[in-house]
Amino acid sequence: MATQFTLNGKSQTVNVNPNMPLLWVLRDTLGMTGTKFGCGIALCGACTVHVNGAATRSCVTPISSVAGKKITTIEGLSTDRSHPVQQAWVETDVPQCGYCQSGQIMSAAALLAKNPNPTDAQIDDAMSGNICRCGTYQRLRQAIHRAAQLYTARTMSGKKRAHDVVRSAHVAEVAAAGDPR
Amino acid sequence: MNPSTRHIDRRRFLKTSAAGAAGLWVGFHLPGPLASIAADEVAAMPFALNAWVHVGTDDLITIFIDKSEMGQGILTGLAMIAAEELDCDWKKVRTEFAPAEKVYVNPWFGVQSTGASSATRTSWNPLRKAGAAARMMLIEAAAQKWGVDNSECRAENSVIMHAASGRRASYGSLAKAAAKLPIPADVPLKDSKQYRIVGKPTKRLDTRLKVSGAAEYGIDVRLPGMLYAVVARCPVFGGKLASFDATKAKAVPGVKHVIEISNGIAVVADNTWTAMEGRRALEVKWDEGPNATASSASISKLFAEKAAQPGYVARKEGDVEAALGRAAKTIEAVYEVPFLAHATMEPQNCTAYVHGDRCDVWAPTQAQTNAQNTAAAAAGLKPEAVFIHTTFLGGGFGRRFEVDYVREAVEISKAVGAPAKVTWSREDDFQHDYYRTASYARFTAGLDADGWPVAWSNRIACPSIMARFGPLKNNFDSRSVEICDSIPYAIPNILVDYQQAEAGIPIGFWRSVGASQNGFFLESFIDEVAAAGNKDPYELRRRLLAKSPRHLAVLEKAAQESAWSKPLPAGRFRGIATVTSYFGFVAQVIEISLNRQKRELKVDRVICALDCGRPVNPSSLEAQVQSCVVYGLTAALRSSITIERGRVQQNNFDDHPVLRIQEMPAVEVHIMPSELPPTGAGEFTVPPVAPALCNAIFAAIGKRVRRLPISPEDLA
Repeated sequence: MATQFTLNGKSQTVNVNPNMPLLWVLRDTLGMTGTKFGCGIALCGACTVHVNGAATRSCVTPISSVAGKKITTIEGLSTDRSHPVQQAWVETDVPQCGYCQSGQIMSAAALLAKNPNPTDAQIDDAMSGNICRCGTYQRLRQAIHRAAQLYTARTMSGKKRAHDVVRSAHVAEVAAAGDPR
Repeated sequence: MNPSTRHIDRRRFLKTSAAGAAGLWVGFHLPGPLASIAADEVAAMPFALNAWVHVGTDDLITIFIDKSEMGQGILTGLAMIAAEELDCDWKKVRTEFAPAEKVYVNPWFGVQSTGASSATRTSWNPLRKAGAAARMMLIEAAAQKWGVDNSECRAENSVIMHAASGRRASYGSLAKAAAKLPIPADVPLKDSKQYRIVGKPTKRLDTRLKVSGAAEYGIDVRLPGMLYAVVARCPVFGGKLASFDATKAKAVPGVKHVIEISNGIAVVADNTWTAMEGRRALEVKWDEGPNATASSASISKLFAEKAAQPGYVARKEGDVEAALGRAAKTIEAVYEVPFLAHATMEPQNCTAYVHGDRCDVWAPTQAQTNAQNTAAAAAGLKPEAVFIHTTFLGGGFGRRFEVDYVREAVEISKAVGAPAKVTWSREDDFQHDYYRTASYARFTAGLDADGWPVAWSNRIACPSIMARFGPLKNNFDSRSVEICDSIPYAIPNILVDYQQAEAGIPIGFWRSVGASQNGFFLESFIDEVAAAGNKDPYELRRRLLAKSPRHLAVLEKAAQESAWSKPLPAGRFRGIATVTSYFGFVAQVIEISLNRQKRELKVDRVICALDCGRPVNPSSLEAQVQSCVVYGLTAALRSSITIERGRVQQNNFDDHPVLRIQEMPAVEVHIMPSELPPTGAGEFTVPPVAPALCNAIFAAIGKRVRRLPISPEDLA
């Protein structure tokens, strides 16, 4: 069955079993392997993507349920690692093995779009669904605070490069989506 | 393919002659269907100066990383070590994962592998020499070009300079000529006072790949025509296949093959999810074998029975029996820990392609040689015909020292005649691990009239890891009593013995191995000794370590940074522990808040002082300590693998919880300065976590936790 949706700003049609989770459509059908498989039942957050701006566990999201919706994956967060969360992650040297980090970054990006200046408690609340076995939590929390600064600075400056337009549109989606979980 | 994991045909790779022509690295060409995936940029011509250092004509330096990057930062650390002696511009350094080759054999194991915190320690000299040799060759090339003596030239920041004439040449411009020179035999190394890379907090080289989804893990490997497989394995360890009916599995659209392999039944499909759906539909009967009635309770009972009998003596000093007879006070305790899963975030997986007389394996593996030999046996080929392509590892922790998933992928590819990727589900991962063993410890200590320990008796009963690889001599495995046999405390009479107690559950190497459980046992019981003698637990350790300067230094540092002598606010408590393993010395103080009514425990702060020899990358060290603390806290507070009817009862992160961000304490890292050779820091700060935490609980409520994980009843 053909399912159409928008993937990282471009229209995408796939012809797969409607029950197939978005995760496996991304990874196996479309070859976009930045989104990771960790648990298969929405317990670890490694597969987090944005569906119409909301942080969503793609491993339990049937492809049929995203028909007509806008999907953003780690590959589409920015074209050049310039999203404030990615910048902050690089500055803070967050990843260790890195496997969970796509999901961590997508959860953090959804949080900041909704709440540009989160407290530690709000960070913990928003990020509690993302497991990291390497234990990057301390730097991750620090990096979200740093991303919040970058995010605010960027919003204030009003200087937007071409790809930021895409990102801003995406941010607006996230903001409109309400609670990302 | 991202640049850090591109795959090289090793026949074109190594410098095989002093003349250098054979070492000219001209890219890589794989035959047949693999050609398309091997297509990659061959930018400026790179030249191999030795097995670790390549210099491109564009000045790009490539350091070959022969150890597996599983999060510990080894890719960056090893590159720093080589770059230091190479005197190159750090901004121009990149890395490649090395293939399986004899030159990369880990001297500790006789095979190419990453584990036991060996990477930094065993690479320190070879990589410094590789960097220095490459620098000497570049100097020689410049000297020949200019017709001057080597001694008149020097290297700095990727440029060779001739001071007298002011001439300069970039490394890239000299690479081709340098590659034709013989590798020097005598390679003097720098004075550490000149270091400008080693010892400086340095950002990881792989972060950019890891924030954009571009880093390629084993599970991300894709080949043209590749099929996707999952395997149904017998849920009872040691059981085997009785019969299966593939009709319903094959009826799932997209399922291509259902085949028997040595480890079970493989369902092969055109994507991973369909393979999983096919496996759900598969009908299998298992012959559950002799372990079908095993349980955690029966295993614990076996350990207790074994521990009632004397075992092989691992350490004996003085006369424990006599000393206990004379002691003013005697205390006894029994400790126990469960099996533990590694739970790497990336589930186990492997991609293999057996084609003609060749087998290619893409694996997130810690054990390249073992993977190569295992794949060769499964493919019916010689090891030389197997090409191991190491990817990034989504966590290792010792799980990827095993190669069960490699055998599966190779058997499947061979059977279906196509490239095949096997992917494990999280449930597969929890139920078919090589677990950290359950273990059981008995202690007796004797105290003199002043409350100081005069006798220490310690018996361990648990299965042996090394028994997997061959018969044990005297039923003794030093891994099982790791660090018990080397407690550093000055106690005049010591007896440590081991009773092998096989449980029928597969066990393996888990971050810090024997020290992970034995650290908990030892450092809890020494705390009991302190309490029994009415001594401060820090002061007791300090006195018993008075003649061990490296132990003492980290202990005193942790106490000082935690202001041990000053009282904590109401409701806050602390414990201390110090453990030495993998050549690393560490002491930790853990502060907790405890609400006895609610049986709630919060870990507030972990103060960690460590000495791992010369710190190579202090930023990575800090990250490794945070990582070890999380790993240790998860084991102490949350996780266990329990057995019932011969099966693992845990399935996923719901019934096997792990530490999450809201439980992360503040971790403070204090690295001791040192000029001694560096050792790896991926493991040795795990063992003190559980005892420091449990000692804090004792300080809070006077109850001793002797069994992990900590239960709500322990806090009541």
